[in-house]
Amino acid sequence: MSFIAGTGGVRVQTAASVARREGWLRRLPLLPAFVYVVVVTQIPFALTIYYSFFSWNLLKPGSFRFAGLENYATLITDESIRTAVLNTVILTVSVIGISVVLGLAVATLLNSEVFGKGLMRTLMIAPFLIMPTAGALIWKDTLLNPLFGLLPSLLGPFGLGRVDWVNRFPMATVVAVEVWRWTPFMMLIILAGLQSQNPEVLEAARVDGANAFQAFRRITLPLVRPFLELGALLGSLFVVQTFDSIYMLTYGGPGQDTTNVPFLLYIVAFQGFSIGQASAIGVVAVILTTIVATLALRTLFSIFQVEARR
Amino acid sequence: MTATKRRSPGRPIGLAIVGVVFALVAGACSGAGGGGGGGSSTTITLAAVDNPSMADLKKLVGDFQSSHSNITVNIVTLPEDQLRQQVTQDVAANSGRYDLFTIGTYEVPLWAKKGWIENLSPYIAKDASYAPDDLIPGIRGALSYNNNLYAVPFYGESSMLMYRKDMLAAAGVTMPDHPTWDQVAAAAQKVNSSSVSGICLRGLPGWGEQLAPLDTVVNTFGGRWFDQNWNAQLNTPQWKSAVTFYINLLKNAGEPGAGNAGFTECLNAYNSGKVAMWYDATVAASFFTGDAAKNSGYAYAPTKIKDWSGWLWAWSLGMPSSSKKKDAAWTFADWATNKDYAKLVGTKLGWGRVSPGTRTSTYAIPEYQAAAGAFAQVTLDSIAHADVAHPTVDPVPYIGVQYVDIDEFQQLGDQVSQEFAKVIAGGQTVDQALAKAQALATTVGKVYQH
Amino acid sequence: MSTTAVARRQFPTSKVVWSLVGWLVVFVFFFPVLWMWLEAFKTEPQAASSPPTILFVPTLEEFQQVMSGDFPPFFINSATASILSTLLVLVLGLPAAYALAIRPVKRTRDVLFFFISTRFLPFAASLVPLYLLARDLQLLDNIFALAAIYTTINLPLGVWLLRSFLLEIPPDLFEAARIDGAGFRNELVRVVVPLIAPGIAATSLICLIFSWNEFFYAVNFTSSTAATAPIFLVGFISGRGLFYAKLAAAATLASLPVLLAGWIAQKQLIRGLTMGAVK
Repeated sequence: MSFIAGTGGVRVQTAASVARREGWLRRLPLLPAFVYVVVVTQIPFALTIYYSFFSWNLLKPGSFRFAGLENYATLITDESIRTAVLNTVILTVSVIGISVVLGLAVATLLNSEVFGKGLMRTLMIAPFLIMPTAGALIWKDTLLNPLFGLLPSLLGPFGLGRVDWVNRFPMATVVAVEVWRWTPFMMLIILAGLQSQNPEVLEAARVDGANAFQAFRRITLPLVRPFLELGALLGSLFVVQTFDSIYMLTYGGPGQDTTNVPFLLYIVAFQGFSIGQASAIGVVAVILTTIVATLALRTLFSIFQVEARR
Repeated sequence: MTATKRRSPGRPIGLAIVGVVFALVAGACSGAGGGGGGGSSTTITLAAVDNPSMADLKKLVGDFQSSHSNITVNIVTLPEDQLRQQVTQDVAANSGRYDLFTIGTYEVPLWAKKGWIENLSPYIAKDASYAPDDLIPGIRGALSYNNNLYAVPFYGESSMLMYRKDMLAAAGVTMPDHPTWDQVAAAAQKVNSSSVSGICLRGLPGWGEQLAPLDTVVNTFGGRWFDQNWNAQLNTPQWKSAVTFYINLLKNAGEPGAGNAGFTECLNAYNSGKVAMWYDATVAASFFTGDAAKNSGYAYAPTKIKDWSGWLWAWSLGMPSSSKKKDAAWTFADWATNKDYAKLVGTKLGWGRVSPGTRTSTYAIPEYQAAAGAFAQVTLDSIAHADVAHPTVDPVPYIGVQYVDIDEFQQLGDQVSQEFAKVIAGGQTVDQALAKAQALATTVGKVYQH
Repeated sequence: MSTTAVARRQFPTSKVVWSLVGWLVVFVFFFPVLWMWLEAFKTEPQAASSPPTILFVPTLEEFQQVMSGDFPPFFINSATASILSTLLVLVLGLPAAYALAIRPVKRTRDVLFFFISTRFLPFAASLVPLYLLARDLQLLDNIFALAAIYTTINLPLGVWLLRSFLLEIPPDLFEAARIDGAGFRNELVRVVVPLIAPGIAATSLICLIFSWNEFFYAVNFTSSTAATAPIFLVGFISGRGLFYAKLAAAATLASLPVLLAGWIAQKQLIRGLTMGAVK
């Protein structure tokens, strides 16, 4: 509650208008970012919605015509969108689940007493630094390729030298490469969170006789949980849109085994150049993601609770 | 008490604000790259596919600019599918990012019909030394529409069978010059061992990857994509026997990791002696090294019912009809594709690097014959006999040897090849894949049925 | 530091054991990158040899080929777009995070949700409409337009991250500042920024990396003048001929600046640890 400064007794503002003014003062720092995002994202989104009601193939000049709900109707009968949604879910849940756990493990390691922490941290970020396209190509052709990849030649003595990892286990390969990419991201966030904790609390616990595991479970884990959730949430936003790895590793296949929604969209928009159809898929993707995100944020995540402590 | 005052707090924010203002104000000055000279200089941007011929062009562009000081050339290189997507988008949306681009025999007839690319015949007519008749006829035809050239060839290829003479001899196999697929399969089986695969064939999904060689097999087995009424033909016995043959050959005597093997993977395998034979582009032989280079023999693309099954592809330079820099663009395209350019590459970079498959005169240069001798004749003959208008046993309503020259083919071809890749991976049968492919092709065929 | 007193009471081998475990994990993660760097110093046949070449004489041949083209403009463009967009994310995002954490606005949840919802639309759906818009506004092949797009992509991330780090600040510090009569700006700058230095460092690094490595918007919205490092990189993926050594060399070059940025961010992260102890 703010005090009304000014000459005592003279109430020039009502409580309501004071609250309004306070409200706008609070909103002010938010406005630049908010306005920016609205302008730069909602205009393209509005255009996408608009185009979704038209049939338009970029390769056929003069094909632009109003099509109503035709594009959406096609989606109901088309099996590929269902497969794509399923693949998206599998990919996202696997990658986020594994990389959060790994990221936490590594962050904890890097936050404790080990030799060469600084160097370890720098090297650990490396997978995240490499351009996804280049990284995926290195994995596919120089590491996993049965003919001249490193892994098959190392596994040769164990009889696994001729296994075609990328083709026989496409989803697993994509998940593995993505986990490799995203664990550093999780680690960075969790580490930054761990380091803003107060180490004296941990020491107090140790002094009280708690061993490392108990201290971890009872004290560190609850404190770091908001960062785990944050990493999972932000990571999901990006992993749901995974494209580069699929494009380079499996090109959505074999068949449609690794086609997720962004990849399906790419094929429709940039191989088929069917802009109307692509827009419709995009709109449906937004609707589905919004539903899932709302549910997830309400039930799973505590970070979404607004802390009105100031 | 703040522990450090390593930077004054206001400064980074202040700098940022200045930066943003500067950015907004300097919107017209768009970036660090490119940029032509002042005055009367024209800058053209060439969007080029990434292959060694283009890499050589980039190295030699300085020669062009020293003799044409008023034209600056920016070359943007992209991998094939990215290039195709960007150029298509640019031309379709008229955005004018590129003044010249490399397009293939797939795009030229389609885009010429749409009026997207410029008719180059008038420009060629103005240059007495260009000698359009010197262009290899099959290539020239594939880049023409209504008898006018709409793009000038920079690089041409067909397909052929390459094999290790030493490995085949050791297994007691001789390879005729015009083998049949059955002979090739038998040879592959004989040579196949645990350390060396019989043959390398592309399995990597993609209409320009797996489907290119597979399509030539389908053609020579008597199959075709559509009949004269645009009914999809993928459920015919010829398709089934062709695809079954191809995939079985891969499974029995093909390279491991076939599902992901494209040109590069097979090239590696062949060079390292892991495969004894390889059916692929004629240009492949220019990249052979070591034992592979010394011991390779070359045969024409294997056949079954139909003779001369080699594919036809050319990368060529075209320009958008809406370009405002056509003269400058043509000057460069002329320079890069006339007779002298071959000599320039030969003398400056080595005769083995001269672009194959564009001009008959190149094949008459003694130094080129010496460098490329062994496979030059096969290349030339294969290109000469590849007919985009009559690629199959039965007549077809489309052109294209290893593709169907329609807008929808990129997506259709990619999807169909993915289904075949799934068969290679053991995820479905040939019949299942063909059924799905037939459904996809039928949908596309309907578009053309009126 | 008081932690050393505690450490002495534990078995010293525990530090060695955990160090080994840590290094093993780091090695596994780092190895593909190391392998790529090694490939960059091989010749093309060596880079794709079967079996893989482990011992070899390093050569700069492929680096020379990669650098013989005109690569500085690509890198300058990437630097411009990445640094500009990251700065913009901080400039816009810090106040926004403040407004959503310290003195929350009424509909914080909705605003937060709105920010992340802007990331729900896959790029391929809106790209062509955006491309046509940029064409009409003459903003194609403009590095600043690209920076603006990158800001949009990273801003939701930045706001969420910064908000979380801001929430960690004990409220009493704000009370102290307020009692001292500090206004909003002073509060932010003197109290908040140094305390969330690790958070700002982590956020900046992540934004820099995303912008630096972004390919698809870059390739669609630029051609020659504003082309960025990823476009330079994929230009070595050849359809005919071997390219792995060249690609590895180009990728090594392209990752050096972000590696440097990561190293700088490390120092801020370490500073943060020092801060925490002094608290």
